[in-house]
Amino acid sequence: MWGRLSLDALPDDIVTIGGVVLGAVALLLVVGLLTYFKKWRWLWKNYLTSLDPKKIGIMYIVVAVIMLLRGLADVAMLRAQQAVFATMESSPISADLFQQVFSAHGTIMIFFVAMGVLFGIINLILPLQIGSRDVAFPLLNSISFWLFAAGMVLINLSLAVGEFSTAGWLAYPPLSTLEYSPGTGIDYWIWALQIAGIGTTLSGVNFIATILTMRRKGMTLMKMPIFVWSILGSMALVVFAFPILTATLGLLTLDRTLDTNFFTSTLGGNPMMYINMIWAWGHPEVYILILPAFGIFSEIVPIFARKKLFGYASMVIAIIAITILSFTVWLHHFFTMGAGANVNAFFGIMTMIIAVPTGVKVFNWLFTMYRGRISFTNPMLWFMGFVATFTLGGLTGVMLAVPGIDFQMHNTLFLVAHFHNMIIGGVLFGAFAALEYWFPKFTGFKLHEGLGKIAFWNWIVGFMLAFIPLYILGMMGAARRLDSYDPSLGWQGLFVVAGIGVVVILLGVFFQVVQVAYSVWKRKELAVGPDPWDGRTLEWATPTPIPEYNFAKMTPVTSRDEFWELKRKKVDISKPGTYEAIKVPKNTPLGIWVAAAAFLVGFGIIWYMWWLALLGFVLTVGLIIYITLREDTEETLSAAKIKSIEDKAWGRA
Amino acid sequence: MIETKIEIAEKKHRSTIGFWLYLMTDSLLFASLFAVYIVLKDGIASGPEAKDIIVMPLVLTETILLLASSLTCGLALLSFKFKKIRQAVVFLALTYALGVAFLTIELTEFSTLIADGHGWQHSAFLSAFFVLVATHGAHIAVGLLWLLVLIIVLARKGLTSKLERQFTLFGLFWHFLDLVWIFIFSIVYLGGLL
Repeated sequence: MWGRLSLDALPDDIVTIGGVVLGAVALLLVVGLLTYFKKWRWLWKNYLTSLDPKKIGIMYIVVAVIMLLRGLADVAMLRAQQAVFATMESSPISADLFQQVFSAHGTIMIFFVAMGVLFGIINLILPLQIGSRDVAFPLLNSISFWLFAAGMVLINLSLAVGEFSTAGWLAYPPLSTLEYSPGTGIDYWIWALQIAGIGTTLSGVNFIATILTMRRKGMTLMKMPIFVWSILGSMALVVFAFPILTATLGLLTLDRTLDTNFFTSTLGGNPMMYINMIWAWGHPEVYILILPAFGIFSEIVPIFARKKLFGYASMVIAIIAITILSFTVWLHHFFTMGAGANVNAFFGIMTMIIAVPTGVKVFNWLFTMYRGRISFTNPMLWFMGFVATFTLGGLTGVMLAVPGIDFQMHNTLFLVAHFHNMIIGGVLFGAFAALEYWFPKFTGFKLHEGLGKIAFWNWIVGFMLAFIPLYILGMMGAARRLDSYDPSLGWQGLFVVAGIGVVVILLGVFFQVVQVAYSVWKRKELAVGPDPWDGRTLEWATPTPIPEYNFAKMTPVTSRDEFWELKRKKVDISKPGTYEAIKVPKNTPLGIWVAAAAFLVGFGIIWYMWWLALLGFVLTVGLIIYITLREDTEETLSAAKIKSIEDKAWGRA
Repeated sequence: MIETKIEIAEKKHRSTIGFWLYLMTDSLLFASLFAVYIVLKDGIASGPEAKDIIVMPLVLTETILLLASSLTCGLALLSFKFKKIRQAVVFLALTYALGVAFLTIELTEFSTLIADGHGWQHSAFLSAFFVLVATHGAHIAVGLLWLLVLIIVLARKGLTSKLERQFTLFGLFWHFLDLVWIFIFSIVYLGGLL
């Protein structure tokens, strides 16, 4: 009945118990507050069951922020271990726990923070920028989000029930085969990723269909904002890369449960096959994350330089080039595999070539700034922080692209420093810039400038302190994922500096939390109109708060910077007109049910409770059949209703 | 709720594009499994190799059944176009029967292999063979379930615009599976005999 689930699955070391208690207290606090303020119905109606991409986007970001805090807690433990406990006799963090923590840190930060923020921003901005009222498949969008949430629940559940993977964020075999990892850790990792990953694939389909079929009349492909182009590139990569992940994880599952021999070292299996496949997904994944960040900066720089974006066409070509080239470089993650000099040379050269379109983009932004009237607002600060850190990371990346150097640096902290340079400096700074930039559009007030600047400088200084030492340590030969080393190596000083860097970054995060809280408190003083930055694209041509249907009038688009042109032509978008009835999708909890059923499948297989997995599977199939057949999914807002909403939104009532 | 003609056309356009994109993701899934098969097919670990386990007459029968089901599926969609619902139902039933026959032969093939001691556990080649072919088979099973549901709804409610859309998508799915089978036939079975 209970498979391999028993009371032994509960944690017994003090650190894990502490984490579980902390999580449980936070959860109880949220439940308590919701109950005390009687907000459950509000939450259910306005968010959980909503199909409005703006609401779904906010839920993605909330989940991602919570996961960011968890990932940071993990990294604080890692750095404490390496800076202080590594040279001691005993440590509160056992070797096994240390491995679980770095595996969880990587998995959470990529899948549940970076991807979460990315899909949050896409949901919020993309339909608005293409002048649409919705995404192509609203229910599918909700299902994607809830699958993402189900994966998130699984990965956090592993803290309290069972254990997490100790095999790193990509779980290479043979370590991840049943023989060497018999526990539930790898299975938790597989199913958290598998369920969230299927959600991601569905999102990719949804957003490509949205861009291709839902653009406002007159918006040709070459009139789309660059952010939309970058999402098109990123989602094309999702559609091509995520099925490879699904297949790879599926085969690993079969190896672990049905005794197949894909990645075993015996009976003809081939562990390197796994490493090839996981990186055939994994490298495009890096560009799935970074392309949207490029898109965000391409929106921000023209606004705060008060100039049109330099080189629109070359930006588009660069995006397409990166999209295609990102499938031709995966082998640079394992030059040391021994594929031979010619193969390594090919992938080394391709890796250097892919830096070219990225360089084109950086120069385009710089030329946009050149002779512009630059205002140093917070989004612009994050942009400049991005250029500095990302360029540094790009340079070390080109170094690693040389197979000869890579043999020396492979799996050292040099590599760790490089990819954090790209992902923190690129993706995370992009997300922070987007948060500062688009925040007033959805809330009606700006974030406090001063606190944001303090947070920014903490982040930048902390970032350099945390990662420059890792470059040096890597060159000195320090491997990644070390939980102990000999004091005579003389590494401890640099590890301590890196640890201080993490503390400074945590201060930055603290100031960001304070910034948001303070801004909410002072929202009356920080209140702004619907177009606070003198925007150029259609998302600013809506009232704030944005009505559910986004746009009441679907006036055809004539130029790239449509809203900018409208303002130049003195067109008053707030002027009342004749309104028509609009159909909007009805709320439905189906997304939650589908994800819950998928969760049962995952949980059942992890714990060998086959009846539960079967039940989850049958429920999933049943729900899908129900979804394909259900009718009456939309409701109509009458023209009179639209008029009253618009009057109120534009302050005409 | 009443839908205008434009709305119906827009929805059909959107769902068709969405479904093509989904088929692309499915192609990538199969492409991964084909790559795995090609890499691992020599990993026989002193077990049988492809030509020892292939029963060509059976595979040829499977192929003919599946190709025929694609034909009847296409004819059914054509009948819908000319509003010959009764004729369409006959063709759909034929498609269903042919699909079931295909799946029955495939399962027989699998159970014979397992009974002969050539189950998927015994070598990387057998693992790759079973998983690739069975993934296609699982897709066929999903298609049959989908078709059954569609036929039942058609019998109860007649041909609504929504149902018509679904039949179009089902047609895409079924032809796609046929195409994947052609690759399995060429790479796994014909390739195995060489």
